[in-house]
Amino acid sequence: MELLCPAGNMASLKAAINAGADAIYLGIKDNTNARSFAGLNFTPDTLKQAAAIVKRAGKKMYLTINTFPQTGQEQRWYDAINAAADYQADALIMADISLLDYASQRHPQLPLHLSVQASVTNAAALNFFQQEFGIRRAVLPRVLSLKQIRDLAKDTSVELEVFAFGSLCIMAEGRCQLSSYVTGESPNRGGSCSPAKHVRWHEANGERLTRLNEVLVDKTGVEENIGYPVICKGRYLADGAEQPEFILESPTSLSTLELLPELARSGVGSLKIEGRQRSPAYVSQVTKVWRQAIDTYLHAPEQYQSRAIWQQVLTKVSEGQATTAGAYQRSWQ
Amino acid sequence: MQFSLGPLQYCWDKPAVEAFYQAAANSHIPLIYLGETVCSKRRKLRFGDYLALAQMLRDAGKSVVISTLALVESRSEITELKKQLENGEFLVEANDMGTVALASQLQLPFVCGPSINNYNLTSLNKLASWGMQRFVMPVDLSKQWLSTITEQQPQFEIEVLGYGYLPLAHSARCFTARHHGLNKDNCETICANYQRGLLSQTLEHQPLLRLNGIQTQSAACMDLRDEIPQMEQLGVDWFRVSPDSIASVAFTDALMQGERSLSQHQLTCNGYWYDAAGMSQV
Repeated sequence: MELLCPAGNMASLKAAINAGADAIYLGIKDNTNARSFAGLNFTPDTLKQAAAIVKRAGKKMYLTINTFPQTGQEQRWYDAINAAADYQADALIMADISLLDYASQRHPQLPLHLSVQASVTNAAALNFFQQEFGIRRAVLPRVLSLKQIRDLAKDTSVELEVFAFGSLCIMAEGRCQLSSYVTGESPNRGGSCSPAKHVRWHEANGERLTRLNEVLVDKTGVEENIGYPVICKGRYLADGAEQPEFILESPTSLSTLELLPELARSGVGSLKIEGRQRSPAYVSQVTKVWRQAIDTYLHAPEQYQSRAIWQQVLTKVSEGQATTAGAYQRSWQ
Repeated sequence: MQFSLGPLQYCWDKPAVEAFYQAAANSHIPLIYLGETVCSKRRKLRFGDYLALAQMLRDAGKSVVISTLALVESRSEITELKKQLENGEFLVEANDMGTVALASQLQLPFVCGPSINNYNLTSLNKLASWGMQRFVMPVDLSKQWLSTITEQQPQFEIEVLGYGYLPLAHSARCFTARHHGLNKDNCETICANYQRGLLSQTLEHQPLLRLNGIQTQSAACMDLRDEIPQMEQLGVDWFRVSPDSIASVAFTDALMQGERSLSQHQLTCNGYWYDAAGMSQV
């Protein structure tokens, strides 16, 4: 079972390798990937260095090209695909049909992973992408239960990758317009979810108002620990209700430490850590915990138990300092 | 440009759905979509019921399309989709790539619905090669984007969601059930209590979202009626009204007669059409 870790820059890449990642995913410094934040990602030069470092360490490098080019702008995405082939990336992570088509024809030797942004949640679609473009692997949206993943693994020969830890998207990824509805920007369009430039905090009279493009997402005490503001984790009033509630989800992160054996038995081949936008310290801490967890499991699968100390480390770096197993558990749904 | 009636997205009781489609049958609207697009746990109407309604509409002279689920997650949903695709008569609107895949394998033509993420002509041409006859533009795209498609004079028809609440996201979680302290497995079909979804406001009472089971919609109604001349110029084939009450039928009928002043909803938006935040009114 592979441990796949994020790298938003060179320091995170090295941190991930040193902490025991089997593979690293990263993106180019432009809008060809869904974590297009200022100060993040790799230039052609640093990408080349990154490829060399990963290769020397005997690990794998996957290049994320998972946004959707608009008509007439495809060349930048094609360039990114060709660069990945030049640097001998171990796989491309992509969602757009035209790009999958381009890569599978131009670089048939280059393995393709279907990005979570493609929003593929069933065997019919997975097997179709395999037949049309030869995808080797798919990253599953965070909307499937463990049983659905087990069924999926039986119904396809495409390798499955799931999110094991990190920010929790609660919507079918790649098809969520909450961010663009409020800000005009979204991951699909080469931006990001809830871009920082639209976030405003205002403190007065012991209250903190959190706004996204002027829309009030939450109102808290100034001492309260709050997560990064996204629409799906805001506090709102349902029609007729007096009490504010986290009507979609409260600030929390996904963590599946407890579910590791079940994920392994389900036929999942790779565990993904979310967080290319997070710090090298985050990457290091989270990777170390998951390395230990996976090794512990592989050493004695029957005796595996999640350790309190692992959970403590992960909780500290989680949204709202809380974690959930999300849709993997039916009760969450 | 002609006008169409999109699928009902809410969980209504069977008599209300039947009354709605009877009104549609009596209208001048030439193209009608129907079927469950949000949640397979909604069973007030079975596929056979929808098929009977589709036949009734066909007999009234309508073109009918069977709309399908936006989020397909289980084996049983795939089985149901195959049944819908193999109805033997009606075109199907695919709202998930799994449905596109099945249609392509069965060599059946399909409409690509608004919840499939497509952002360029090359991808759309690929979908056309798999059997797409009509493309419904995703709600977050703009006039400018559309012009890059229409100027290439593609082989497929183009439909734009021009009026109605916007479907913004789909989740594994049922938000209506959650609001009532339930979860999806024991939801009691509580979403049926909300004929137009459950409106949610910010703590400053700004209407923001509309919860409709696992679907999240906009609180504001997208209103592109003023853009009809532009759409005609671009060569859009169909202007879709997404219904939220039986009055939507008369509203669409009036729109077809050139009546653009009827107001169904106070809070409107058109931002996406202008490449702005979707909720904004440009």
